Amino acid sequence: MKKMIALLIVLSISFVSCGEDNDDNIKASAKTTFNFSHDWDGTAISTLDFENTAYTNANGEAVTMTRLRYIISDVTFTKANGDNIVIDGYKLVDVTNGDLTYNPDIEIPTGVYTNVSFTYGLKHEKNIDGAYTDLNSASFNVPLAALGGGYHYMQFDGKYSNTTVTDAPFNYHNIRAVNPGMPPVFPNQETFINVDLGPAAISNNTTFEIKMNVAEWFKTPNTWDLNTLNQVLMPNANAQKLMNENGQNVFSLGSIN
Amino acid sequence: MKNWSLHIICLAAFILTTSCSDEESQLNQGYEPTPLALDIPPLFEQNIIPPVIPSNNPQTVEGVALGKKLFYDPILSGDQTQACASCHAPQNAFTDNTALSDGIDGNFGTRNSMPLFNLAWNYNERFAWDGKELSLERQALEPVQNPVEMHSNWDDVIDRLSTDTEYPELFRKAFNTTTITKELAAKALAQFERTLISSNSKFDNYLLGQATLTPEELNGLDVFMQESRGDCFHCHGNPNNPLWTDNIFHNNGLDATFTDLGLGGVTGDPSDNGKFKSPSIRNLAYTAPYMHDGRFATLEEVINHYSEGLQNSSTIDPLMKKVDEGGVQLSNQDKADLKAFLLTLSDPSFLTNPDFTN
Repeated sequence: MKKMIALLIVLSISFVSCGEDNDDNIKASAKTTFNFSHDWDGTAISTLDFENTAYTNANGEAVTMTRLRYIISDVTFTKANGDNIVIDGYKLVDVTNGDLTYNPDIEIPTGVYTNVSFTYGLKHEKNIDGAYTDLNSASFNVPLAALGGGYHYMQFDGKYSNTTVTDAPFNYHNIRAVNPGMPPVFPNQETFINVDLGPAAISNNTTFEIKMNVAEWFKTPNTWDLNTLNQVLMPNANAQKLMNENGQNVFSLGSIN
Repeated sequence: MKNWSLHIICLAAFILTTSCSDEESQLNQGYEPTPLALDIPPLFEQNIIPPVIPSNNPQTVEGVALGKKLFYDPILSGDQTQACASCHAPQNAFTDNTALSDGIDGNFGTRNSMPLFNLAWNYNERFAWDGKELSLERQALEPVQNPVEMHSNWDDVIDRLSTDTEYPELFRKAFNTTTITKELAAKALAQFERTLISSNSKFDNYLLGQATLTPEELNGLDVFMQESRGDCFHCHGNPNNPLWTDNIFHNNGLDATFTDLGLGGVTGDPSDNGKFKSPSIRNLAYTAPYMHDGRFATLEEVINHYSEGLQNSSTIDPLMKKVDEGGVQLSNQDKADLKAFLLTLSDPSFLTNPDFTN
């Protein structure tokens, strides 16, 4: 009988202890949310700006946007010991239609991370032709036989004007062919980008704002000349290389809440 | 005496109430319409996300049967001469063969009748050339009361259906109610329309390893897919998307100025003027004439439009290539081969499927 009473006391203390932990809101893991915001050299871009607002690019052309959507994938949390926690998934950010939030299903352990990063586009091993039904449904594919297969990393369509043309079309489409051919016919160099956001301490559910400065796609280090690089860029290896170089500084961390 | 009268009235009311309750309970008790799964083709199952079926209108055997009967029945029109199938005939992949369609009064509308297939995979649920209908159920309500189409009104239609010898029982079986409404009629029509699935073309069989394409058809496929040749795929899809449409709205360079605003007439946004839904390029062998106003009688005219007939305007989609040259400038051989490829997406079995025909 005494043993039974002792056991009950121990169990009661255990339950109370658990309850106290909850009261302190000490969480073992937390949800993360990623909100994507877009600007043109600091001027915020909203869905209302598509086909309405003209921006000036580094080469001096007036640019209006018709469509902008892109993939980010493999958000990664790096610990001080170098271990990585990778959220295995992707998000098609559809700026034109205001689909700007990525809510991964899984939670990550709370703690301090030395770096948070993600992949713009898809790593080569995940750029698998036809593998993702939602991206197929969104017609985000790169045709296999004609252009090497896989998925667009970004589809950015719009129009530009300068002293010689008015509202001429451009299709700034970033890809990496899954099957570039032998010898390579389609772009086969690395075109996804690892984006480092820096350290973050996560103690509760956390929302990251990730900013894209759209103007950067036309600016650094290559001043993009829409007069020569406007359409049919998917099979243009040099254009894909330039896009990759300009994309290195497109993303930055906004707020963490 | 007054008390007796009161008792009799109460008793009568009780009996009436009980009778009604009994009737309702007989309707509800133990009866459920038979669930009917959509027959999803393997290429759809493998490549794209599941179809959109509203939770408040699940597919049932009885609902689809009722929808099919309504679809082919002229009872829906004002003078009972036209059915949905008058403008959406199975032999034309559920469109008709005229540029514009005439209603019961002989008046013509302003748009080409859209073919009907694979509608359950229209993920954004905007239907019609201009996207004005926000679900298949809502779309089904419109032609009945459109003055240049079936020119009826739903009150009259409900009266006719309610006094018909067959429909009350068919509605009871489909929806477990004896009260016929336009909403239930639209639900039944939508259920039937969702069963109209087309996926048995030569190209489907090619993808399944059960058919081969000719060199001309293969070249046409390459013209379609190459960004430097036809670049059709950005709007009309690719082998990984068996719908062969992006189901969204583009200005494809038909006109420099607009007499029909298309999506812009619905949204009120001038930047949407001249935009119309990309139709699927399946079943083109049966769906001439083409475009939202049926202006092109042949596929050759359609291909010529994209090759050298583009008209610039403020809202033309930047996906249109070489607008300043009038289009993508295909050779005659490439044009012929592109047509040959497009025709491989036609599905003759769809026209005669007994589940779809009257």
